[in-house]
Parts: sequence; C-alpha cells; structure tokens
Amino acid sequence: MAEHKYLMFLGCAIPYRVAAYEISARKVLKKLGVELVEMPEFNCCGLPLDPVSHETMLILAARNLAIAEQKGLDIITLCPGCAGTLKKVNKMLKEDKVLREEINKHLKEAGLEFKGNVNAKHIMQVLIEDVGLEKIKDMVVKPLTMIKVAEHNGCHILRPKEFIGFDDPEDPKTLKTLIEATGATCLDYMDETECCGAPSVGVNDKIALQLARDKLNHIKMVDAQAMITICPFCHIMYDTNELRIEKMFNEAYGIPVLHYPQLLGLAMGIQAEELAFNELRVDVSKILSKVCEGGK
Amino acid sequence: MTETLEKPIRATEINPKFKYEIAKMHGGEKLMRCFQCGTCTSDCPVARFSDTYRPRQIIRLAQLGLKDRVLKSDTLWLCAACFTCTDRCPQDVEVASVIRVLRNLAAEQGIVPRVFTEEGSSILESGYAYRIPELRLKKRETLGLPPLPKGNVESIRKTLHDVGFFKKCVEKKGE
Repeated sequence: MAEHKYLMFLGCAIPYRVAAYEISARKVLKKLGVELVEMPEFNCCGLPLDPVSHETMLILAARNLAIAEQKGLDIITLCPGCAGTLKKVNKMLKEDKVLREEINKHLKEAGLEFKGNVNAKHIMQVLIEDVGLEKIKDMVVKPLTMIKVAEHNGCHILRPKEFIGFDDPEDPKTLKTLIEATGATCLDYMDETECCGAPSVGVNDKIALQLARDKLNHIKMVDAQAMITICPFCHIMYDTNELRIEKMFNEAYGIPVLHYPQLLGLAMGIQAEELAFNELRVDVSKILSKVCEGGK
Repeated sequence: MTETLEKPIRATEINPKFKYEIAKMHGGEKLMRCFQCGTCTSDCPVARFSDTYRPRQIIRLAQLGLKDRVLKSDTLWLCAACFTCTDRCPQDVEVASVIRVLRNLAAEQGIVPRVFTEEGSSILESGYAYRIPELRLKKRETLGLPPLPKGNVESIRKTLHDVGFFKKCVEKKGE
C-alpha cells in the first residue's frame, strides 16, 4: 500500500515537450511508495501570465488549489515553477483575508472556493521530506559510483526564499544530497545557482542562450559527465537547446542532461529502456554504458 | 530603447504620484526603500549579457515618476524572474516584484509582448499555456502515460471573464 498519496499536477511544459521527466518520475515514485492521483481537471498554474496580470496568476493558482481541496489531497508537481506559484499563492491567500475574498469572488463564478487546507510540494521536497533519504538509500541497488555529475537546481525551487523556504538559495544542498544518495559524485562548479535563461526565451533568445551557455561552460570546466536537472524549463534550455548553443557560439559540449528521476531510477535498478532516455536530445550512450559496465 | 533612458529628463515628464500608485499594488509596496546600492544590477544574470537591462535603473525611473519611459521601455521585459535581486536586496525592496508590477501596469496600457497573449488565449481554449499537439496526446498512450487531464474550459472562462487582461486577450482574438 502506498505510504504517501498526492494529486499529480503536471503543468504545461511537461506534457508539451518533456515526457522523459514525467515517465521517469512516475516510475521512481511508484517504487518509493508514493501514489499519484490524476487532477480531475487542469488549468495552468498561472505563473506564465504573472508578468502581464498578477490577478490572473492568483486566480489560476487558487483555482487549482480549490480543486485539490475538493479532492482532499496535497499537490505534487514536477515543475518548480508550478510548485513555487501554488505555494506562494497558498500562503498569500491564507494570510491575507481581503485578498482571499477578492479571489474567491472569481472562483465562486465557477462554483469553487479556496479554503486553504492543502499544500503543494515539488517532487524534490516530497523525496527529501516525505519519502526520506534513508528509504531512498535503501532502494539503491546499483550505486552509480562510477559517474561524476553536476547539479542544476534552477531558480524557482530556491527563490524567493520567503515562499519556497526549504533549502538555502545561496548554498542549496537538497539536490546534491539526493544525487549523492544514488552513489554518484556531485561536483561543485562556478555560479551553481544561476538562472538557465528560459524565461527570456521569446523575449530575447540571444540573452537566454548566453545564460545557458555560461552554465554549460562552467560545467565543462569541472569535467562533469552529465548535468542533473529537476525543472522542465531548465532541461529544455540545456538539452533541447544544447546543439543550438554549440552552433551559435561555436562550442562543443556534448554534456548529457538527465532528469533527476532518471538518475535515481538507474540507481534503483530500473532498466534504462524504461526511463525514457531515448526522449533526450543530447547523446546519453556514453554515460549509460559507463553505468552498465560499472554494474557488472 | 537606450534612447528612452538617456534622453535628458524634463520636469514635465515627472509624475510624482507614480510611486504611490506602484506602492499600492501587491509586490510594489517597498519601492521607496531602494537607496540605489546596485546589488540587484550587479547580481543580475540578464544584466551581465544585456547592454540596456539594469534593474537599479528601472527602480530609479519608477521612484522618480518617469512613468512613460519605464512602462514603454523594451528592457522592462528582459527580467527572467530568477528572484536573485529579491533575495539579495539589503533593503528588501522585492525588486523582481516591483518589475512585475511595472509590467502589469504596461500591460494595462496595452503593451504586451505577443508570447503572453498567445499563452493567455491557449489557457482559455484548453487550460494549458501551450497548445499541446494532438500527436503528443496520442503518444502518451504508447509511452504508457495516463491520459492528460482536460481543462474545464467553460469553468475557466467563468473565473476569468471580468479580468482586464483576458478581456483584452479575447477581444483581440475576436478582431
């Protein structure tokens, strides 16, 4: 029987183009005893529209929280943007009665009400707080001691601290700890907490890609064999766009970008074929063969 | 756009009440605390690669009440919302939130980069910010993933029908 039960909030980016993250996360969570219930209906968390209409963001986020309340379940997200937004709005509406009433007026039009009795968590938070490091370590049957990787947290899992508040945004430890639990070495590098640039895509692609390139340079410097992400947007920036960055700036990286659940899945003994590595753009054969050889 | 920021400032351009307008909005409350130390700009990852984007300058323009210059500036849309400035500001100005307030005010004047209107219409049509191709939905099945939850479009429209941005978004689409 599942020990933890969550409402799965997929967000927009993952079903749009980041299937590998969802596939690997579902496999890993199932094995760790986390049961996922699908959202009965869905709307965007609201974050993409915050720049043009804060009110819209509040309503869209509150709408999802109200639906989760009807289900009586806490929300799990794979996207830090969704998690951050749902957490932030949950806190704001719980603390500010006037704002809550204002937003509830909109929700009432659709027969919904925000009450403030569920929580939203990102998968990383569920892994570290609910499943627990000990259990994760127990489930590792194939320690990945043969590989050295670099982590990339992304912004919205760390900042603003006031709303996210489960790791230190200046010196984050959670993802590192989770990576080390798989047996892999997690390398330090320059500007680890820097933005991937994804939010600037569509406004100024050049700046966005320069940001991503900077990070790839820093990771290359420490000879990381792969980069590990926990955000669909960061993953798009580094994996989907890596070739584009290489061409644009005449660089050669060849750094595979893995979703954390793919790495954990390998360590938990899930077959590589089941973890959707074929959905990734950058060639992963080198690191996979290293993992397979090392296991023999 | 640098031009907008570098032209000499005329006293008649200044709207002394603008800062109070900002301070009344969620996230803009602490604008007046900024003493121009420059932590935001020096820590800003976008500023490093842009010749024009300077969060400190945006805050100063807002404080001075140079409403048109700041709201009509392209640079306003360059913030990546990484919140580094917000977390590191020694005055707790919540710089990224002030910038978001300014963008919201620009949007009220009809200044909205296309990417946002597209996402807005997509949400009204499907619940999702991006138009997910039919092929992707079908592929989920072969990948062993559960069907994607549908957006309750009618209900979403009801909750958003009197929001200014959506009125504009929908009206524009109808044109």
